[in-house]
Amino acid sequence: MGLARRFDVTASATASPDASRHSAPTRKRRRSQIGLAFIAPFGVLFTLVFIVPILYAAYLSLFQERLLGGNTFVGLANYGKLVQDPQFWDGVGRVFRFTLVQVPIMLILAMALALALDSMRLHGTRFMRVTIFLPYAVPAIVSTLMWGFLLGVKYGLFGSLNDALGTDFDPFAPDTTLISIGVMVTWAFTGFNMLIFYAVLKAVPRELYEAAAIDGANEFQIVRAVKLPALRGSLVVTVIFSIIGTFQMFNEPQILPTMVANSGVTTYYTPNLYAYNLAFTGSQQGYAAALALVMAAITIAVAYAVQIRGLRNASDK
Amino acid sequence: MHPTSSLPAEAGKALSTPARRSRRGHRLYTLDNPRKSATLTVMTGLFTLYCLLPLVWLVINATKSQADFVSSFGLAPGREFALWDNIVEVFRYQDGIFSRWLLNTVVYVVLGATVSTFLAALGGYALANLDFRGKRVFLFVVLGSISVPGIALAIPQFLLFAQLGMTNTPWAVLIPSFINPFGLYLMWVFTAEAVPTGLLEAAKIDGAGEFRTFFQIALPLLAPASVTVLLFSFVSIWNNYFLPLIMLKDPDWYPLTIGINQWNKLGSTAGNGALIQNLVITSALLTIVPLIIAFLSLQRYWQSGLSLGAVKG
Repeated sequence: MGLARRFDVTASATASPDASRHSAPTRKRRRSQIGLAFIAPFGVLFTLVFIVPILYAAYLSLFQERLLGGNTFVGLANYGKLVQDPQFWDGVGRVFRFTLVQVPIMLILAMALALALDSMRLHGTRFMRVTIFLPYAVPAIVSTLMWGFLLGVKYGLFGSLNDALGTDFDPFAPDTTLISIGVMVTWAFTGFNMLIFYAVLKAVPRELYEAAAIDGANEFQIVRAVKLPALRGSLVVTVIFSIIGTFQMFNEPQILPTMVANSGVTTYYTPNLYAYNLAFTGSQQGYAAALALVMAAITIAVAYAVQIRGLRNASDK
Repeated sequence: MHPTSSLPAEAGKALSTPARRSRRGHRLYTLDNPRKSATLTVMTGLFTLYCLLPLVWLVINATKSQADFVSSFGLAPGREFALWDNIVEVFRYQDGIFSRWLLNTVVYVVLGATVSTFLAALGGYALANLDFRGKRVFLFVVLGSISVPGIALAIPQFLLFAQLGMTNTPWAVLIPSFINPFGLYLMWVFTAEAVPTGLLEAAKIDGAGEFRTFFQIALPLLAPASVTVLLFSFVSIWNNYFLPLIMLKDPDWYPLTIGINQWNKLGSTAGNGALIQNLVITSALLTIVPLIIAFLSLQRYWQSGLSLGAVKG
């Protein structure tokens, strides 16, 4: 899972020659052709699915659908418009705030759970490990349905709770909807992150703990001195994946309005929802393409910054 | 961390660690601290409850009739046990379109996961063991693409596929699912870790061609990794919502996720819509059961595959 260090792995793999290669130029060329044959199916489809769409979107983003004159070349006007679009920045701000709160909560929980499960001091470790992971296998539509019903005041548990207590708390009021989405997302992805941390902890040589125990370290000291440092690399990876995931949030806010009225979810609630609505209901495809590209650039920039920071911190220690 | 330099012994050790670890770890704690901790169990148990609660709710409410669903408390059973009636009704509703959606989903998942895993294995093998022109650029672009948000990509994909006249056909959902850059990355790491170069050289000295070496030597060794990549592609395609949502207009090509949302919309059109929440809930349950069974039954494989990946990281 070495996303954090994949570039140096990459460099070493490509820069240093294969240890076993001692062959004549002809054989080398043949091998090179075989290598191409192995990589070609992936390469061709990758070009069709990743490269061409991005180039095509970049091309489309230079056009605007005009009432008069149809599809007109407008240069970078879509990007200029986007920078000044308060609805776009409202969505960007929302996913940033969401990321700042939800990702740390989720990852701290995931790490605590991984440490607890790895401590071997729990009853039913196996059952709990699998159960905590299960939500990952549930599609967003089903999880939004379940949580929508559970937290909803109409048929849900909160309705019953409000009836019983005489309160009228609504988890899907405009002010609280984002928190409810946080509850859903945390539910869905904590287990996956927990499992990554858990796998890393399992790979720590037990001899280290034994040595620490002989030196008189207690459990908390072992956690601090051995286990947490071991998790650092995978933490960078999970932070990056979580950021990528939350920045492209779409499913929950897209599905929720069909479940609850007045949830405060607007057509531009998240950047991706906005792009979707622009492209499919507003038929402003050029503008939507510009938005998708800018959002991808923002996401990559943030992920890259986290990676650089994570690597620097790791090498400081 | 040179990917091609690892020894077979290391790979074998990494694969067998979980079992060995727990025995030795247990010894450590019986020696050091024999007690299980009640506090820790309760705290972890609370989180387990949070994970389980919606699923329990789903199972309970799939057994209720529409009338019971509206009137009874969410976590209590209804007056009648209507699970079988609900399942029958799910398969009957709208001329049995649910079975069509189920079939579509199975086709998308089986084709998409198999092809993407196979392509990732071929590519990962080439990256770890073969040379080709432009390898460095290829790696940089493909690995870089992992951080491109899938949804940001889906709109450009839609625009391109619309241009090619491929939207509203199964290909629009299938072709993007054939490519899994992260799977390629995992297979590359796994190949470097679990397939000893010496073995491949020996096969070639014995006269086996590259493709035969790949199919007969490398692929069997990559089984745990392949199951992991296969299972995670399986889940991501089964659960895919955004791509089919934008690509498909014709309900006959819908996968389950889009179909269920369609029913959910029907039911929520307050007043004039049909009240079919019992069908929505039952179909949601039917949608997640295969995935949960797949995960539970293949646990041994994907957990060892995942830890192998984590060890590398």
